[in-house]
Amino acid sequence: MTATSGKLMKGATGDWEVVIGMEIHAQVTSKSKLFSGASTAFGGDPNTHVSLVDVAMPGMLPVINEECVRQAVRTGLGLNAKINLRSVFDRKNYFYPDLPQGYQISQYKDPIVGEGEITVELDGGKTATIGIERLHIEQDPGKMLHDQSPSLSYIDYNRCGVALMEIVSKPDIRDAEQAKAYVTKLRSIMRYLGTCDGDMEKGSLRADVNVSVRKPGGPLGTRCEIKNINSISFIGQAVEAEARRQIEIIEDGGVIEQETRRFDPDKGETRSMRSKEEAHDYRYFPDPDLLPLEFDQAFVDALKAALPELPDQKKARFIADLGLSPYDASVLVAERESAAFYESVLEALSDRARDGKLAANWVINELFGRLNKEGRDISSSPVSASQLAAIVALIGEGTISGKIAKDLFEIVWSEGGDPRELVESRGMKQVTDLGAIEKVVDEIIAANPDKVAQAKAKPQLAGWFVGQVMKSSGGKANPQAVNDLLKSKLGI
Amino acid sequence: MTDLTSLTLAEARKGLADKTFTSLELTDAHLKAMEEARALNAFVMETPDQARAMAREADAKINKGEGGPLAGIPLGIKDLFATKDVRTTACSKILGNFVPTYESTVTSQLWRDGAVMLGKLNNDEFAMGSSNETSCFGPVGNPWRREGSNTTLVPGGSSGGSASAVAALLCMGATATDTGGSIRQPAAFTATVGIKPTYGRCSRWGIVAFASSLDQAGPIARSTRDAAILLRSMAGHDPKDTTSVDIPVPDYEAAIGKSVKGMKIGIPREYRLDGMPAEIEKLWSEGRKWLEAAGAETVEVSLPHTKYALPAYYIVAPAEASSNLARYDGVRYGLRVPGKSIGELYENTRAEGFGPEVRRRVMIGTYVLSAGYYDAYYIRAQRVRTLIKKDFEDCFAKGVNAILTPATPSAAFGIGEKGGADPVEMYLNDIFTVTVNMAGLPGIAVPAGKDAQGLPLGLQLIGRPFDEETLFSLGEVIEQAAGRFTPVRWW
Repeated sequence: MTATSGKLMKGATGDWEVVIGMEIHAQVTSKSKLFSGASTAFGGDPNTHVSLVDVAMPGMLPVINEECVRQAVRTGLGLNAKINLRSVFDRKNYFYPDLPQGYQISQYKDPIVGEGEITVELDGGKTATIGIERLHIEQDPGKMLHDQSPSLSYIDYNRCGVALMEIVSKPDIRDAEQAKAYVTKLRSIMRYLGTCDGDMEKGSLRADVNVSVRKPGGPLGTRCEIKNINSISFIGQAVEAEARRQIEIIEDGGVIEQETRRFDPDKGETRSMRSKEEAHDYRYFPDPDLLPLEFDQAFVDALKAALPELPDQKKARFIADLGLSPYDASVLVAERESAAFYESVLEALSDRARDGKLAANWVINELFGRLNKEGRDISSSPVSASQLAAIVALIGEGTISGKIAKDLFEIVWSEGGDPRELVESRGMKQVTDLGAIEKVVDEIIAANPDKVAQAKAKPQLAGWFVGQVMKSSGGKANPQAVNDLLKSKLGI
Repeated sequence: MTDLTSLTLAEARKGLADKTFTSLELTDAHLKAMEEARALNAFVMETPDQARAMAREADAKINKGEGGPLAGIPLGIKDLFATKDVRTTACSKILGNFVPTYESTVTSQLWRDGAVMLGKLNNDEFAMGSSNETSCFGPVGNPWRREGSNTTLVPGGSSGGSASAVAALLCMGATATDTGGSIRQPAAFTATVGIKPTYGRCSRWGIVAFASSLDQAGPIARSTRDAAILLRSMAGHDPKDTTSVDIPVPDYEAAIGKSVKGMKIGIPREYRLDGMPAEIEKLWSEGRKWLEAAGAETVEVSLPHTKYALPAYYIVAPAEASSNLARYDGVRYGLRVPGKSIGELYENTRAEGFGPEVRRRVMIGTYVLSAGYYDAYYIRAQRVRTLIKKDFEDCFAKGVNAILTPATPSAAFGIGEKGGADPVEMYLNDIFTVTVNMAGLPGIAVPAGKDAQGLPLGLQLIGRPFDEETLFSLGEVIEQAAGRFTPVRWW
């Protein structure tokens, strides 16, 4: 598999290609921790979701949480990856106060999930395929609190021992856009699967980004790892800033030192954390407290059979069954909630074949547009799926025009109500009674002989008449009927 | 009334059931013996109030006919077992006055069955040692002395307190743990019976970890029958320890007195060491004759990788220990020696909290797991381990029911006599026992005789996985033939 080429960066000596690989830490959605029964609930008072195992009391032993294993397998399946029926937990040894055992239980040589790949959506309807190297499960450490006392640090072990999935990509990512698209897609897949809530603000999803630069097609450069980035837009910024920094160093005759860096979003730059020489020797070895993790193919098959429809499958179905454009389909499936809303709209439509595409337009343009404008998300939409479906159906069946529909949408948005009843009670129904429309047309023609003469000479000017008719009908006249009548009456 | 402390557990059980005496009387007799034996330093914590309360409760239950299998039996608990609300230190300064809020699975099963806790027993720091000299509470005295000598001898280790207390009749039985011989070697040094069951037979939950893949709890007792009774209560599957095995616990006591006729006993030629004392050699052949006399057949067998066991053990065990002991960092519990930075706090705490032997093993373990050395040491040691295991499997596949070896290469030695200059001298104590841990097999040490200076010597029987019953049957044959050994009280 070859990487999809990305945007090259301009330097003084010519173009540079950026090579990116990512390690994503995704918190597993589960009620209890990876090796203890303590709750994983977010936001409890410090040290209230802590078991004896979590704080490494003498003699405590880890017991694997099967739900976390299932979640990791589900995620692996969602990444089209190889599921390893036998994997091993290893200890990664280092000292830090947020790590009570003095080691993190992780998977080193034998991860639960092997190679896979995902397709990510790029601007202009393009896609790129990014390889997955592996996925393994490990414990999250606790959290140091440095702002509670001038001289002391405190530790909150609530998060300590919560299950994480570390998803390692291949170095297939070529620019900031692909990097963002990769995390966006990974997040979307996990949210569809319900294996990670993807809440980057709460730290449920963090990225370590490895960046190097090279002349296009040249040998790989030395990489630097930017740790713990917790927003998709920061990932893009960090990649740009780091690549720029490396290009400048190389072009000034310097060399890139392999090191770990952090991204400062305020200054838009990366800063050194520690060099390769300072890197820990983690002394990995198999955790003797835990047997190798083994399950059979039937376990995997059962999980596979119960997987929900994932974004790529949903997108393909929307295109094939409803005739949506690939772009519209991508927009709808990007978030599980958006797709679910759209599908609820479809559900409420009596003629899906007729109105499905129109419904997509309305969800994307009117609803999402309006939600974005007001900074709301789909879960707090004032217009429900069935209300929107009713509006779309009213257009589809010719009861109201698209223009009236926008007014109706406004009413439903701000006042609520049943769209069909609103159309009746407020007289918004489209006038399709040819007699009534003809009467209006005749009146306007009679009152404007000069305009008639102009229109006969220059048929484009007939548009003025259309406007007048619509105006006097309060927008309710069927535009097609008005056009047809005008053409024959004016003889153009 | 006879001295209640001189009874075996099985005899005391009968006396309690027959209401010849009460658990409170039995417990008080042992508490008094403990008080008188403080010179032995076997107990690091006496819990008389708790003991009497538990004894009263046991008496009430016995009176109602609801007494469990160990109702009213006073026991000592190695300080490696977490005991709820009772200080648990692993005899390390680094745990300080650590008081667990939880009870180990093994001890909770003993209390479930009605046993009474007399206190916590001394052991080598974090169970690292073969003489109980590395304890932060100081060495334990062996109730046995060389004839005509006043030299205090070590009781072996790491379960030195357990062995000493049982031999000195301070408790009717004791819990112990065995990572490389820590039950069997002290049992052999004190003429008590100690069994390390198959790895996975007893839960490790709540036992301070030394080397997780080798650690296993077991009893030290006054007879094979007593050991069988205690093991039945200690053993069992525990969902909190995923390395514990979910197979039923048999009635081990039923194996006592069962015929061993027709059993095939392997005599491994690799256990015949150069320079082994003639007394040990003699004891071994005597044991062989006793088993033959009982109808068993003895055969020469080969366990070719035996000589690699000790070096491999001293890679695997320290490697695991270096990681297991990382949690003692001064941050959450136990000793904290402050420093100017977190790094200094770690260094100061661990330097002051760990004794020299523990520090040595942590350093060895850290070294063998380091980048560049891992393959040469740890991986090779694991390969050796696989080969050792296969040696035993091949042997058992040929129909061998159990293997008979000496338990130790010598009798008990004096405090300070060994390992001062060369730690390997001390490590060699485990030469006959470590293979059993490396292979995860059950092994029992039973008293079999005395050396020329009147010190007890033991024989070891190694069994098939989860066939502790055969070991009890065979052990009892040796016990019957050799007779019971009781030290002359000097303390």
